[in-house]
Amino acid sequence: MNIATIVPLLIPLLAAIVTLFASKASLSQKRIVSMLFMVMLILSTVYALYALSIEDYFVYTLGNWEAPFGIVLVLDKLSVILLITTALLALGALWYSISAQYDVVGAHFHPLFWLQIFGINGAFLTGDIFNLFVFFEILLLASYSLLLHGQGKGRTKAGLHYVIINLVGSTLFLFGIGILYGVFGTLNIADLSLKIAQISPDDVSLVASAGLLLLVVFGLKAAFFPLYLWLPSAYSKTSAPVATLFAIMTKVGLYSIIRVHGTLFGTHANELAFYYTPWVFWIGILTLIMGTFGVMSAKDLRTQVAYVVLVSVATLLIALGINTVGSINGALYYMVHSTLLAGGFFLVADMIANSRGTIGAAITKGPSFRYIILLGSLFFAFGIAVAGLPPLSGFIGKLMILQGAMTYSMWGVAFTAILISSLLVVISLAKSGSQIFYDTNNERSDISHEITIQHFYPIFLLVSIAPLMVLFAHPITHFIELATNAFFDPTAYIEAVLGVNLAKDI
Amino acid sequence: MEVLIAIMVGTLTAGGLFLTLKGRTFPVVIGLTLLAYAVNLFLFSTGRLFINQATIIQEGITQYADPIPQALVLTAIVISFGMTAFAIVLSLKAYGEYKSDHVDGIGEEEK
Repeated sequence: MNIATIVPLLIPLLAAIVTLFASKASLSQKRIVSMLFMVMLILSTVYALYALSIEDYFVYTLGNWEAPFGIVLVLDKLSVILLITTALLALGALWYSISAQYDVVGAHFHPLFWLQIFGINGAFLTGDIFNLFVFFEILLLASYSLLLHGQGKGRTKAGLHYVIINLVGSTLFLFGIGILYGVFGTLNIADLSLKIAQISPDDVSLVASAGLLLLVVFGLKAAFFPLYLWLPSAYSKTSAPVATLFAIMTKVGLYSIIRVHGTLFGTHANELAFYYTPWVFWIGILTLIMGTFGVMSAKDLRTQVAYVVLVSVATLLIALGINTVGSINGALYYMVHSTLLAGGFFLVADMIANSRGTIGAAITKGPSFRYIILLGSLFFAFGIAVAGLPPLSGFIGKLMILQGAMTYSMWGVAFTAILISSLLVVISLAKSGSQIFYDTNNERSDISHEITIQHFYPIFLLVSIAPLMVLFAHPITHFIELATNAFFDPTAYIEAVLGVNLAKDI
Repeated sequence: MEVLIAIMVGTLTAGGLFLTLKGRTFPVVIGLTLLAYAVNLFLFSTGRLFINQATIIQEGITQYADPIPQALVLTAIVISFGMTAFAIVLSLKAYGEYKSDHVDGIGEEEK
């Protein structure tokens, strides 16, 4: 059963190597191989889910060196939620890149795509902070190349900003890791958690600063205020399947906050217990304000969707800052929903841009085009879902977060910010939709006949997640509640990783 | 020795930070390199500073230098080396595309 931990990592790595060496193979062969690996990845995450119904934790010791001396991979309920989300999102992105021919505009699309998934899955599975850094670098290096893939207009400039800010972020990450290692002599998350519980009073402020340094790094990935400025241009300039895959990248930062800060600075950490949550809460509020302004002011649909991603990140930050059982439940549910739906929304925006020809996805009066009714309906469905209106899953996610906020001291701020932001996002999306779909010229876009029904299948896949998450809300939230319980009591996690019995040893 | 290392890390970080805030890509790349040097030196010192200590367990030796930071620094050097190479190539590409070495690509196109 331990194999369930390593297989979701090995499949993307193997796929990257195979597709790299198959660069001489014909296009259709490469696509078939890539799709086969994608099916295997999805099966492996489903198997991981099944394995977790038998045991709570699976620890894979690489090279059979026991933790905390060797590095470990840990599969638990929190990581499997994100593994499945990544696999579904990647299926949509890969499918669209194949059907809309995005994988032929530049070299080595498939190997880069798979290396990116390798880095993302690695970050979700690792149980060691330095390894988290290494997987961050893998996913970043792949994302730098994917961002530039296909040589679009303005892509080099967006790429340069993205690369430089992330290199500075990596430096900060290493400083944070260095401080933690200097104080505790370990980098294993479970071992650090144990040692922080017995921290000497002299080291408290040093460790607190290391924790906040790591928060800045994870916040840079998650794109929180004021470190979000790279996101709108990077997401709106890159090609659509890449933007879809990037929808999970901000969640990697949020996952790291949950995993690292939640385990290190949990209830057992005495005076450092959850000391980071006020920071996360207020930064979340500021990010929500800026993201909502961005959604309202965007002149291009793709920029608008990028700001919608920012709004969803801000909502999640607020939920993490509130830090009650209910809000963490809501955050995990909303995280799955917002990743998949925002990813699909990028594809809809790209279809609209491709259909309208020269004016692209600009939010202005434009020509009519083929499939305008179908695209309009999809826009409507995605708009409802991401803004959080009933009956789709965004509503349930926001409802759970707000229910969790009831017992929080600043509940008024959280309610006001989230509800007003949702209203403004609805109004802005309605305005964009009416200008693009209702305010059309009489003539028809001449390039829209190139769009065929095949391009819609991956979008159907991603949009179907929203009603499915509502229909199966009970089993999903039940599973998420188990993950949240583990978040608030990491004892079982520490025991599983280190192979000790805390009740007996301490 | 600790003071000397601390001053070096501080100087390198300050210099790197100053250069990364510049508007041209060349100083920015140099600044990123200086930041990488600073963090490598810092990581190296987290295992405490020793001179002439063994890192591998041998009989009759009680005091060891910590080998983990050395391994971490090695990994960090390789990664920062690769990333810097990528940043240089990207800067060159930006220069070729915008005919300007400004990080915002302000060149012939936008004049």
